[in-house]
Order: sequence, then structure tokens, then C-alpha cells
Amino acid sequence: MTRKKRRMWILLLCAIGLGSATALTLTAFQDNLVFFRSPSDIMTGEQRPTPDRAFRLGGLVEAGSVQRDPTVAGQRPVVHFRVTDGANVIPVTYQGVLPDLFREGQGVVTLGKLGVDGVFRASEVLARHDETYMPPEVADALKRAGHWQPDQGPAPAPAIWNTLDPRTQQPTMPGRTGS
Amino acid sequence: MPWLWALAIGVTGIGAAWALFFSPADWQQGETVRIMYVHVPMAWLAMGGYTGLAILSIMSLIWRHPLADLTARELSPVGAAATALCLATGSLWGKPMWGTWWQWDARMTSVLVLFFLWLGHAALVRAFDDPERGARAGAILALVGFVNVPIVKFSVDWWNTLHQSASVTRMDAPAMHVDMLYPLLTCALGFTLLFATVVLARTRAAVMERRVRALEMARARRLDAAQ
Repeated sequence: MTRKKRRMWILLLCAIGLGSATALTLTAFQDNLVFFRSPSDIMTGEQRPTPDRAFRLGGLVEAGSVQRDPTVAGQRPVVHFRVTDGANVIPVTYQGVLPDLFREGQGVVTLGKLGVDGVFRASEVLARHDETYMPPEVADALKRAGHWQPDQGPAPAPAIWNTLDPRTQQPTMPGRTGS
Repeated sequence: MPWLWALAIGVTGIGAAWALFFSPADWQQGETVRIMYVHVPMAWLAMGGYTGLAILSIMSLIWRHPLADLTARELSPVGAAATALCLATGSLWGKPMWGTWWQWDARMTSVLVLFFLWLGHAALVRAFDDPERGARAGAILALVGFVNVPIVKFSVDWWNTLHQSASVTRMDAPAMHVDMLYPLLTCALGFTLLFATVVLARTRAAVMERRVRALEMARARRLDAAQ
């Protein structure tokens, strides 16, 4: 075996060792690496977080759930909404300024504590952007054609809109004629 | 070289003009979406450049290729700069959109680790009196650090994160309208050419520096012998 060959084999063995060690470590820490927990994790998990335990709750802002309290001069606005993951829902109360992307149907990550009354009191609300990017005209065309209501959840499959020219075309669902 | 510079600057200029003036705003992000045209190419370069560094390190360790050592040494500060720009633009973008400059989610943390790996490599290869030992140590660090690249890439799929998952490199169609996708790809090509040109220019300068040093050494030896 030449020296180059030997070095190559040593390198390959090191790579396999290091790779499997990393994979095992990451698998072991899988549960601790979550940035936020979903309403279902909280409602159906083995143990509900105690009211003094701060954690992050993430999901979609449920359609029609956002209620803003009348603003009081000198105080930060109070907003109520519900976070859903489709299966379970948790009501949230937050006092403070919401990020620009916050809206019904948008993903959010909130940091706070779950009270005994089942209401999550958030001290921080972050908006979570999904991976879709489209010009306003395209979004309007999708809404007009009835393919998408942004407050109900994520945009439809990109294949039906990512080459759409809203000036000349109408979006069509695959397998459906007209709309 | 002048041709490469002209091409790199030309493509980046076209990409930047297209992205900043001739592409639409996003339906919900508005004009802020234009940060993407710098942020995403820098993120790709941070990861792609590091993959290049890993390949150079393999060449260095197995074939003891001196040019690979030299290129790796000149690559890492440029890679660190790209990663720093990715983090900075991401932070500037995160504040108005998400509502935070920084969160310790898996994507952001792993990119920060990538940044430290670039910096660590740049410092380590320069920390030895014997450049060859420095190159060897740097190559080992670069290869050990390579485990982080798949972690950066797949962090958004393996764990739940604040950062969204990939828009362009996904199994089905890109989740981005072509009016934004094409300027993004042009910007990415331009920045990649610029990145490669800077690294190439630095490597050429380093090769010349070595040659000058070798000539000076030879002259000093000749003078010594003449005395």
C-alpha cells in the first residue's frame, strides 16, 4: 500500500467515525433541539408544562381569532389570538408590538407561560415566514380564483403559481378545469 | 484575470440592478424582500465555499498539494466575510419581519458555528512558524468542521426552527415566483464569480509572494557564498 493510499484510508475511516458520532449525538439530542412546541405537544404530551415554566409555543394564528383590546393611552396594545396546529388550539394573550408579518393564517412562535386557566401569556411574539415568495399581483390572482385564502393557511403548491403571469393568465388547479 | 473581474462585476451589476429595481416586491414582505438577493447568495457561498475548503483539505492531506494549501489559506478569510454578510443581512431582515435580530434556533446557531469555523481556520493556518504544519492543522480542522455543513443545510428540515425551510432547492417546484427567482439566480452567479475571482487573485498574489521570497533567499545565499 502506497503512502497516499494509506492516508486516503485513514481519512475515510476518520470521516466515517466522525460522521456516525455526530449522527448519534444529534439523534440523542433530537428532543432537546426543538425551538418551539406545538399545541398538540402541549395538550397531548405526557406532562403539561407547569404555570411557572416558560417555553415557546408555535403554530398558525387561527383564522378569525385575532382580537385587539381597545388601546389605552400610554400602554402597549393587548391582543388575543389562538395558535393552532390543525389538531389542537391554545389561546394566547400578548401585550406589546407585533412583528410586521403577524396575521391570521401566519406561523408564529411565542415565548411565555401557560396559565392554569389554559391561556398562554406570551412575553414575546415572533412571526414565522413560510418559504413562499410571490409578487402581490400573483397573490391577488390566487385569491380571486379561490385557490387560496391566506388566513386559512399556507399557499397552494408552487407549481400552479410560480411561473404565472397575472396580466395574461388565470391560475388553474391541476386536474380541475376553470375555477 | 482582468476578463474574470469584468465578468464577475458585470454579472453582479446586472443581478443587483434586476433585483433592486426590476423585480417585484413580495406580497407580504413588501420591499424588505430585496435583502434576500444578498442574504441567500451569501448563505450559499458560505456553505459552497466551505465545501470547497473541505475538498482542498482532502487534496492537501492525501496528495500534499502545495497549491491546495495556499488556496485554502487564502479562501478562509473570504469565506468568513461571506458568512458574516449572511449573518448580518439575516439579522437586518429578521428584525422587521420576524420581530427579532437573533434567536438561538438550529439554523442560526449552526451558521454561527460555520462562521467560527471559517475564522478558526484562517487563524490556525497562520498560527504556525512552519507554514506546512499550519496547513496540515487547518486541513484537519476544516474536515472535522465539515460535519456542520449538512447540519446547516438540513437544520430547517430536521428540527422546528424560526427560519423557514428552503424555497429554491426543494423536491418539487421552487416556492418562489420566477420574477424573483431569476434575479436571485443571477445575483447568486454574480456573487459566486466575484467570490471565486477574489480567492483566485489572493492565491495568485500569495504564489508571487512565495516566489519573491524564494528569489530573495536564493540571492542572500549567493551573496553569502561570494563572501
